[in-house]
Amino acid sequence: MFNLFKYSSPATFYPLAGRLAVGFGIASAILLVIGLYMSFFVAPTDYKQGEGYRIMFIHVPAAWMSMWIYVVMACWAAAGMIWNTRLSAMMAASLAPTGAMFTFIALWTGALWGKPMWGAWWVWDARLTSELILLFLYVGFMALNSAIDDPRRAARASGLLALVGVINVPIIYYSVQWWNTLHQGSSIKVVAGGVETSMSEIMVWTLLVMTFACWFYAIAVSLTRVRGTILERESGTSWVKEMLTGGKS
Amino acid sequence: MLSTLKCIVMRDLTLAMRHRSDVLTTVFFFIIVVSLFPLGVGPEAALLKEMAAGVVWVAALLASMLSLTRLFADDYNDGTLEQLLMVPQPLSLIVFGKVLAHWIISGLPLVLMSPLLGLQFGLEGDELIMLMVTLLIGTPVLSLLGAIGAALTLGLRGGGVLVSLLVLPLYIPVLIFGAGAVTASAAGMGADGHLSLMGAILLLALVLAPWASAAALRISVE
Repeated sequence: MFNLFKYSSPATFYPLAGRLAVGFGIASAILLVIGLYMSFFVAPTDYKQGEGYRIMFIHVPAAWMSMWIYVVMACWAAAGMIWNTRLSAMMAASLAPTGAMFTFIALWTGALWGKPMWGAWWVWDARLTSELILLFLYVGFMALNSAIDDPRRAARASGLLALVGVINVPIIYYSVQWWNTLHQGSSIKVVAGGVETSMSEIMVWTLLVMTFACWFYAIAVSLTRVRGTILERESGTSWVKEMLTGGKS
Repeated sequence: MLSTLKCIVMRDLTLAMRHRSDVLTTVFFFIIVVSLFPLGVGPEAALLKEMAAGVVWVAALLASMLSLTRLFADDYNDGTLEQLLMVPQPLSLIVFGKVLAHWIISGLPLVLMSPLLGLQFGLEGDELIMLMVTLLIGTPVLSLLGAIGAALTLGLRGGGVLVSLLVLPLYIPVLIFGAGAVTASAAGMGADGHLSLMGAILLLALVLAPWASAAALRISVE
């Protein structure tokens, strides 16, 4: 039987993470080049928003990633609580900075997009506000994680916070949505019997390519970060010593 | 079960009565923050009336958060908390008792003070009642959610600042519906929807928060 827990040990996961990080990094770079070429030269000019809409190709993937990474982070935190694995907490902690970065990018590009389209850098609209709150949640998670010196307690405490946060995300999202709404509706809607979109097909493809570029980037970066964390946490163990000295010593 | 709850609540209330200044500090903090706003934005009556609900609610959020650090800290420092973790009754029940006491000490005074502050901002009749009702439903949620943050940051350096970073984002829905209900009733739109949602949040917090705080306490104290 395939042993799921074989790679839950940092010693076996470390080399695997290295190989995966390189693979996803290369894939992300290739997709990014294709995606950027498509967004600047292939996708047609929008009939309403002109050329300015092209910032969407980074804005929307970043916004999707910011939410998705929070969910993934909470799943790792839950896994860490259920099976009490060290690695899960390390994964959750190493995803947080990437998630916060994507949240920031989504906010920043949103401001740049909002200025020409709505005439304001920032409006207190539902989605902008909930994205800002998401940034606060990420910052809180990272702050709690770094405020606790004992790594075991830090992992469990921040894991619990991530779970509390993930229950709250939909509540916050809907409360902010009922509070105010100005943001344009989603351009892609999943309806019964398929996906419906108001964009041209080439725009959807560009968006997808850029999304996967961002996704693979997030995987590659967080795996690289988790490798650093593993080395730091396991610095006293023999396998790290053996690997660093190449078996000599 | 009930006798345990009563014992915890009475104990915390007695302790609070022995340190009356702590309780008063929270209330005065609330009053001062609310009074600062007219000084900041100017004494225009129409403007103040419009922002009254939001200002009172934000001040209530801050006041409730300020007193959170005391929720478990004293018991943690003198070792009582470790004893409480060992009693046979469920920890979530004990946490609930402490949260209830915390609300009576720091939430209820805010509810009682709010009509007075509302009057200062020019609210009238129904709006004042609505402000009180929303605070009555909302402040227990603040105490319940805050308990999770207080338990997580127990004994950490800079715990007080950290707790604000953790719990304030979680307070946002309560703020939106609380202040929204007052604004909606002032505009004559009826606040039933807002109140129902706040009630739903309160019930959800009542079920989940003591349990999550208990888990957080076990993590922090072990």
